[in-house]
Amino acid sequence: MPSTPIKQVSGKGVFVPGDDIDTDRIIPARFMKCITFDGLGEYLFYDVRKTESGEDKAHNLNDPRFSEASILVSGNNFGCGSSREHAPQSILRAGYNAVIAGSFAEIFFGNSTNLGVVCVIATDADREAIAAAIEADPTLEVTIDVENLKVNFGDQSVPCEIKPGARDSLLSGNYDPLSELLEGLDDVAKTAGALSYMQA
Amino acid sequence: MSKSLFEKVWDAHAVRQLANGQTQLLIGTHLIHEVTSPQAFGMLRDHGLKVQYPHRTFATVDHIVPTNESVEPYSDPLAQGMIEELRKNCAENGVTFFDTNTGKQGVVHIVGPEQGITQPGTTIACGDSHTATHGAFGAIAFGIGTSQVRDVLATQTIALNQLKVRRINVNGDLLPGVYAKDVILHIIRLLGTQGGTGYAYEYAGTTFDNFTMEERMTVCNMSIEGGARVGYVNPDETTFEYLKGRPYSPTGEAWDAAVAEWKSFASDEGCSYDDVVNIDASEIQPTVTWGITPAQGVGINENIPAIAEGETQSERDSIAEALEYMKFEGGSAMKGKKIDVAFIGSCTNGRLSDFEEVAKFVEGRKVAEGVQAIIVPGSQVVAKIAEAKGLDKIFVEAGFEWRAAGCSMCLAMNPDKLVGDQLCASSSNRNFKGRQGSPTGRTMLMSPLMVAAAAVTGEVSDAREVFGVAPVGV
Repeated sequence: MPSTPIKQVSGKGVFVPGDDIDTDRIIPARFMKCITFDGLGEYLFYDVRKTESGEDKAHNLNDPRFSEASILVSGNNFGCGSSREHAPQSILRAGYNAVIAGSFAEIFFGNSTNLGVVCVIATDADREAIAAAIEADPTLEVTIDVENLKVNFGDQSVPCEIKPGARDSLLSGNYDPLSELLEGLDDVAKTAGALSYMQA
Repeated sequence: MSKSLFEKVWDAHAVRQLANGQTQLLIGTHLIHEVTSPQAFGMLRDHGLKVQYPHRTFATVDHIVPTNESVEPYSDPLAQGMIEELRKNCAENGVTFFDTNTGKQGVVHIVGPEQGITQPGTTIACGDSHTATHGAFGAIAFGIGTSQVRDVLATQTIALNQLKVRRINVNGDLLPGVYAKDVILHIIRLLGTQGGTGYAYEYAGTTFDNFTMEERMTVCNMSIEGGARVGYVNPDETTFEYLKGRPYSPTGEAWDAAVAEWKSFASDEGCSYDDVVNIDASEIQPTVTWGITPAQGVGINENIPAIAEGETQSERDSIAEALEYMKFEGGSAMKGKKIDVAFIGSCTNGRLSDFEEVAKFVEGRKVAEGVQAIIVPGSQVVAKIAEAKGLDKIFVEAGFEWRAAGCSMCLAMNPDKLVGDQLCASSSNRNFKGRQGSPTGRTMLMSPLMVAAAAVTGEVSDAREVFGVAPVGV
């Protein structure tokens, strides 16, 4: 069952500085004691946002100016670490539907794309320009144009990249592969039949 | 045409090409645990789908099990809920579950190999990024997200892009007191946390030829910390020897056929790689991480870098952020940092040989005053053998706590956690901020023997000096 194609994502942005933002930082493991993903949005970047006693730290993610943001702008190797889908799930459930970073860890990128969370790559200089523009005007509309591989903000526009396969999936609305995988079940049986260890 | 193991296994499991160019890849063996599978079973129920090949999924419980409490209900009702959900999902779908009462429960990446489920030439997936561990057997093993766990349950396949292959040759003998853990920490230090993005790592060379299966698993385990989703070693006699007689290994004629088939998957001599890295084993020192990524490591006798040593602004920022979090001074010695906690265990270093090596040296020694030291077997099987050998007594005598099987203090989903900004010498795989359960807790990754050395001296130390392993500075 294909979803709605995602040709572009628009919204306000928030800058989360730093390279190597790992999945433990995105959602600390202690909040993963759950059997559904419901409610995970509340714990997104919990230790980045809160002190040990639960007070808000001074951070863009707590700044009311960015409270309406739906696009995260961050550093290199975003989402490294665990394969936990809890990370993109918490991003999605906290109201964000896209991340602009310098690069992405592979498993995180795949997990995000499957959920329709758009992850695009932009250069350090271009992300700095986006971050500066958002800082100057938090109400600025940021648009990730998946079709034309551009990030437009105010009167500026910078190029962005995304893996071609992921781009095709977003544009066609087939980013959740389940139905296509199910269509191949007869072929799966053939492949499995040729492998001795697959036999019951 | 000659091919690498990765290409051969990929080709044997490629079902078809999908519309976006990805491959529908058959996952022969699916391992699940309590954290990343319940939502997938929920999605299956929502879609009205069944588990397609239930005999190819195997479950265990590891992340949330307390290691100092065996009677249910556990004191944490959330943990109790998760183990019960897994039990229910396995029972309803005909999935084999190595539950806590089977004598086979343990960390998923230790259970698979020791049961003989992990085999060469196969594809393996698990909702856990350390799944590359199984690559030690010449399997292609992927860490996957929960939606993909759903996909495997429903179709026994996932949609994937083919990876490039980087061969990493490590040649020569390791110095005494240098272990497989140091090899992988060294590789990650050299190639960085994202050096492996888009690659499968093929570990090779005489060092790997001489490694035991448990050593190979330690290296493959941490592939993802270098950005590589897949890491493997070509199967050889060491592999077959390990697998012979395991519960799920083939027997009789089927064994001989399997070995012949397994051999055929090894990379062909002269096949081409997308990249090749060569490392001299004798250059590898006992390595300790000082920062908040596994690539931020130094040899035990080196100093922690100063901010100014970063070559780019982003590197300088990373060093500054790490030093601030770790409360270390740039340019100070790695040695001598006072620890609060010592942890030996995890899917990286929670196997029998890890404990045998540590026991050899801590016998007759004492954990330093004020240090909490815990040793956690990776599985009930490991625990049983270690106890039969009397290792537990040696540890307890030396002042370590000997616990029950589980992930324990690697990741803060069970009662074993750091408190406040405690500094922990850890044999685990991640030193991320807050990884061990306290938002300000500090982790230093190192080999089990280096953890033991820190435990008995109370500070980061050179195990070779502490235990007289070998003259230092050779």
